[in-house]
Amino acid sequence: MAQTKARLITLEEGLFAAFLVVLAFACLIVAGKTYDQVMAFHATIGALVAAGGVFAIFKTFFDSDGTLAPQEINGKPNYNMGPVKFGTVAAMFWGVAGFTVGLIIASQLAWPALNFDLPWTNFGRLRPLHTSAVIFAFGGNVLLATSMYVVQRTCRARMPGRVLPWFVIIGYNAFIVIAGTGYLLGATQGKEYAEPEWYADLWLTIVWVAYLFLFLGTLWKRKEPHIYVANWFYLAFIVTIAMLHLVNNATIPVSVFGTKSYIVWSGVQDAMVQWWYGHNAVGFFLTAGFLAIMYYFVPKRAGRPVYSYRLSIVHFWALIFIYIWAGPHHLHYTALPQWASTLGATFSIILWMPSWGGMINGLMTLSGAWDKLRTDPVLRMLVVSVAFYGMSTFEGPLMSVRAVNSLSHYTDWTIGHVHSGALGWVGYISFGALYCLVPWLWNKKSLYSLKLVDWHFWLSTLGIVLYITAMWVSGIMQGLMWRAYDKLGFLEYSFIETVEAMFPYYAIRAAGGFLFVLGSLIMAYNLWMTVRHGEAAEAEANPSGALAAAE
Amino acid sequence: MNETYTAFAGFAQTWGLLYFMIMFGAVLAYALWPKNRKGFEDAAQIPLRED
Repeated sequence: MAQTKARLITLEEGLFAAFLVVLAFACLIVAGKTYDQVMAFHATIGALVAAGGVFAIFKTFFDSDGTLAPQEINGKPNYNMGPVKFGTVAAMFWGVAGFTVGLIIASQLAWPALNFDLPWTNFGRLRPLHTSAVIFAFGGNVLLATSMYVVQRTCRARMPGRVLPWFVIIGYNAFIVIAGTGYLLGATQGKEYAEPEWYADLWLTIVWVAYLFLFLGTLWKRKEPHIYVANWFYLAFIVTIAMLHLVNNATIPVSVFGTKSYIVWSGVQDAMVQWWYGHNAVGFFLTAGFLAIMYYFVPKRAGRPVYSYRLSIVHFWALIFIYIWAGPHHLHYTALPQWASTLGATFSIILWMPSWGGMINGLMTLSGAWDKLRTDPVLRMLVVSVAFYGMSTFEGPLMSVRAVNSLSHYTDWTIGHVHSGALGWVGYISFGALYCLVPWLWNKKSLYSLKLVDWHFWLSTLGIVLYITAMWVSGIMQGLMWRAYDKLGFLEYSFIETVEAMFPYYAIRAAGGFLFVLGSLIMAYNLWMTVRHGEAAEAEANPSGALAAAE
Repeated sequence: MNETYTAFAGFAQTWGLLYFMIMFGAVLAYALWPKNRKGFEDAAQIPLRED
C-alpha cells in the first residue's frame, strides 16, 4: 500500500487528552494555592504526569502515519504487549525496592539505631512503605501485567484501545509513587493497607475503573467462546478490590488544598469496615489474583492442562462466596459484638475447603510430570508457591479461632504467618510467572541462566524458612510471656523484658530477609541478561514491536 | 440492640444458611453436569493451544 489514509484523532484519544489537560491544570491550581507542602509536591507530580500523558498521546498520534494498530496480522491476533512489558519491568523494580525496605525495617527492630533519628527513616513511616511496595507496587504490577497477558492470550483478542492500556499501567504506577512518597513525608490515613490519602484514593478509583473496562472490553472481544477460569479469578479480583477500596476509603477531605481527610465511619464500625477491607485485600488481591496466575502459568509451564477444570469452578465460587465474611477474625476480644467475631472465625475455618481444593488442583496438575521439578527450577518455584499457599491457608484459619488468637494476636506469629503467605505463595508464584513471561514477551528462546534461577530458589527458600521459624518461636514466646502471672497474680514480665528476649529472633529474621533480597537481585540480573543477551526464539515477527505505543 | 442481634442471627442461621446451600448446590450441579463435561475438558486446553 503506497498511500495510507490519514486518520482523525479517535474519540478515545481525544477524551483521554482532554481529561489529562483538565487534570494537569487542576493539579497546577492546587499546587499553587495549597498550604500543605506534601500536597504541593504531590500536585506537582500529578501535573507533570498528566502533562506528560497528553504529550505522549499526541506524539504517538503524529508518529503513527495515520494508521491504527491492526487487530490481526496474518490471521493471528496482534496482541498488545507493550503495557505488559512495562508492568513486568516495574514489578521487578518495585519488588527489589520493597524487599530492601523490608530488610531495613527488620534490621531496625533488631538494631534501633538504624532509625537514624530522622522522621523520614523511622520505622513508623518505612513500614507502610514496605507493605505497600511489596503488595501494591510489586504484586499489583505482577497482577496487571499477567492479567493483560493472560486475558489477551486466552481470549485470542487484542486489548481494546490505544491509550487505555497505557493509562491503566502508567496511572497505577503514578499512584504508587504518590502513595509511597506520601508515607515518607507523613501523609497517611493510618488504615493498614489503605494508608494513601483521599486524593491518591480518588486517582486509584479512576485508574481501577479504567482497568475494569479494559478487562471487560477484552473479554467482550474474545474469539474463544469459553472464558478460561484464570480470567474469572482476575475479574473477581478487579471487581472486589473496587468495592473494598470505595467503602473503606469513604473519606471527606478537610480541604481540597490539603492532604488530611476524615473517614465517615466511626468507632467499631470503622474498625469492622477496615478489617473487612483488610482481610479481603488478602482474599481477593493476594489470593484470587494470584490464583489466576496459578491457573494459567502452572499448566502452561508444565505443558499439561489443569488437573480438574470442574474443581476449578467449584474452587472459584466457593472461594469468593466465603472469603468476604472472614474479616471479623482480626477483631477478636475487641468492642466488636461476639456474633460478628464468631462469624469471622467460622467462615475462616470453612475456607480450608476451597483453599485446599485449589491447592490440590494446582499441585495435581503436575501428576505424570513430576520429573520436571528436578530439571526446571521455574516450575519448582511455581509448585513450591502452591505448597506455601496450602501451608499458610492452613495456619490462617487456625489462628482465627478465638482461643488460638488470644495467644497469637499482636505477636510476631502473625508477622510470620503473613510472610509465609507473602514470600512463599505470592512471591514465588510471581517470580515463577515473571521467569515465564520475560522470555515470552521479549521473544527469547529461554532464560539467560537456569542455574541462577536455582540459586535464587535455594537462597530465598532458606531465607523464608529462617524468617517464619524465627517468627513462630518469637511470637509464641512473646504471647506466653505477656500472659505469664506469678503466684500473687502480678504480671511476671515487664514489656521491655519481652522485647529484649526477642532480639536473637529479630536478628535471624533479618538474616532471612537478607537472603530473600539477595535472591531477588539475582533474579533481576538474570531477567536483565535475558532481555539483553538471551538467544532469540525462532525467527518470528515480534507482533508487539510494531505497536509499542507510548514507550 | 439485643433484638437487632437476635433478628440478624435468626436470619443468618436460617435463610443465610439456605442461600449458601442453594448456591453451592447450583455450582456443584453446573460443574458436575454430565453434559458440560466435554466443554470443560475442552476449556482446560485453552492455555495450551493458543497461538
